[in-house]
Amino acid sequence: MTVSPAAELAAHPFFVDLADEVVAAVAPLVSRLDADPGQVLGREGEPAGVFYALTAGRVALEVHAADRPPALLETLQAGDVVGWSWLVPPYRWHFDAVAVGPVSAIRVDGARLRAEMDADPVLGYALAARFIPVIVDRLQATRLRLLDLYGHDHR
Amino acid sequence: MTTADPAAAVAAAGTAEDLVPRSWRVLAVTPELVDTVTVDLAPVRGPAPPYLPGQVNMLSLFGLGEVPISVSGDPAVPGVRRHTIRAAGAVSTGLARVRPGDTVGVRGPFGTGWDVAAATGRDVVVVAGGLGLAPLRPAIYAVLARRAEFDRMVLLYGSRTPADLLYSDELHAWRARFDLEVKVTVDRASAGWAGEVGVVPGLVRRLGVDPGNAVAYLCGPEVMMRFAADALTDLGLPAGRIQVSLERNMKCMVGLCGHCVLGPYYICTDGPVLPWSAVGDLMRVREL
Repeated sequence: MTVSPAAELAAHPFFVDLADEVVAAVAPLVSRLDADPGQVLGREGEPAGVFYALTAGRVALEVHAADRPPALLETLQAGDVVGWSWLVPPYRWHFDAVAVGPVSAIRVDGARLRAEMDADPVLGYALAARFIPVIVDRLQATRLRLLDLYGHDHR
Repeated sequence: MTTADPAAAVAAAGTAEDLVPRSWRVLAVTPELVDTVTVDLAPVRGPAPPYLPGQVNMLSLFGLGEVPISVSGDPAVPGVRRHTIRAAGAVSTGLARVRPGDTVGVRGPFGTGWDVAAATGRDVVVVAGGLGLAPLRPAIYAVLARRAEFDRMVLLYGSRTPADLLYSDELHAWRARFDLEVKVTVDRASAGWAGEVGVVPGLVRRLGVDPGNAVAYLCGPEVMMRFAADALTDLGLPAGRIQVSLERNMKCMVGLCGHCVLGPYYICTDGPVLPWSAVGDLMRVREL
């Protein structure tokens, strides 16, 4: 039996505890994505109109540099969401998001969702409150990496 | 009972055997990383005393000094003591340069070990950062030796770069097993790295074990352990089922000198392995 993207959405860890009406508001805006290895899900500087809830596979966040290979900043995997630039002006991808291998994801139309959130502050607050911990986790992870923790332990 | 009571500490501490280094011969030296080697030792005279996974030996170079180094070998292998040593200070740099046939001083083993029996019938979660995999390796061996007695087993390991991954051959071998899940992440990827990039607490959050039925063993930089333990407790793992190995300024190893005191604990005798429920709050106290 094929599971609909909306049913997958309701079961995804990012959405699983949200109120039914919030999930119901997002459900019409989703589609399934099956990406091939190397497929670009978001390109730095380009308009960010979508985000992805990963259900399988791994996505690399990369930053492009002219004189060297792309620098791999972080990898995200099933259970994670990729992309919050659709939520924050100027609504452009800050990094490249590239499928490391075969990737399955729920693609959410962020531009339309943003309009829904603007029109319904309760929906907007619920989703913003769900994204903030993700952003905080990534910030904390970045801070930990800045500490270069493993450079000085000598156990 | 802790040994922070000086009278009790004096009573408990010490025999001359605990305080006087014995001569051990270097049997083999295996390069691990650019600044890290694994050294196999055996006593020049007499048998090697048994040890528990997670315990510490004091290794010395005569005339130079002494440093605490966790045993990193298989406790089921008699006679040989394996230590993985990173060249950091004068003594550890000297120890990292020993050659087969050299003699070093050894006191120990000291302290508490990983309570592997506590995980019997439960999921086993091993969380290692950097060189912290070395003190955990004996516990991994101990679990694998009696693998059927445990439920799921997961090893989460983080390092600075792919080139800093300790025991990479063994990691590959463990990853090939069907009864051990190995998840590795690095802070900074180099070209060709196809694995994960991120921090160990991020791996913990995606762990997927039953927190009501798991025991966790943590070793690595203290900040990493703090965040990883918090991530485990956020998942619902009781703090009493999280064991951490602490590193402090251990000197005498018999609970007398006080250099390694953390609150009511002497890390050399009450630790290095302690439950998070006992030390989690202490590790947030500044200047402790």
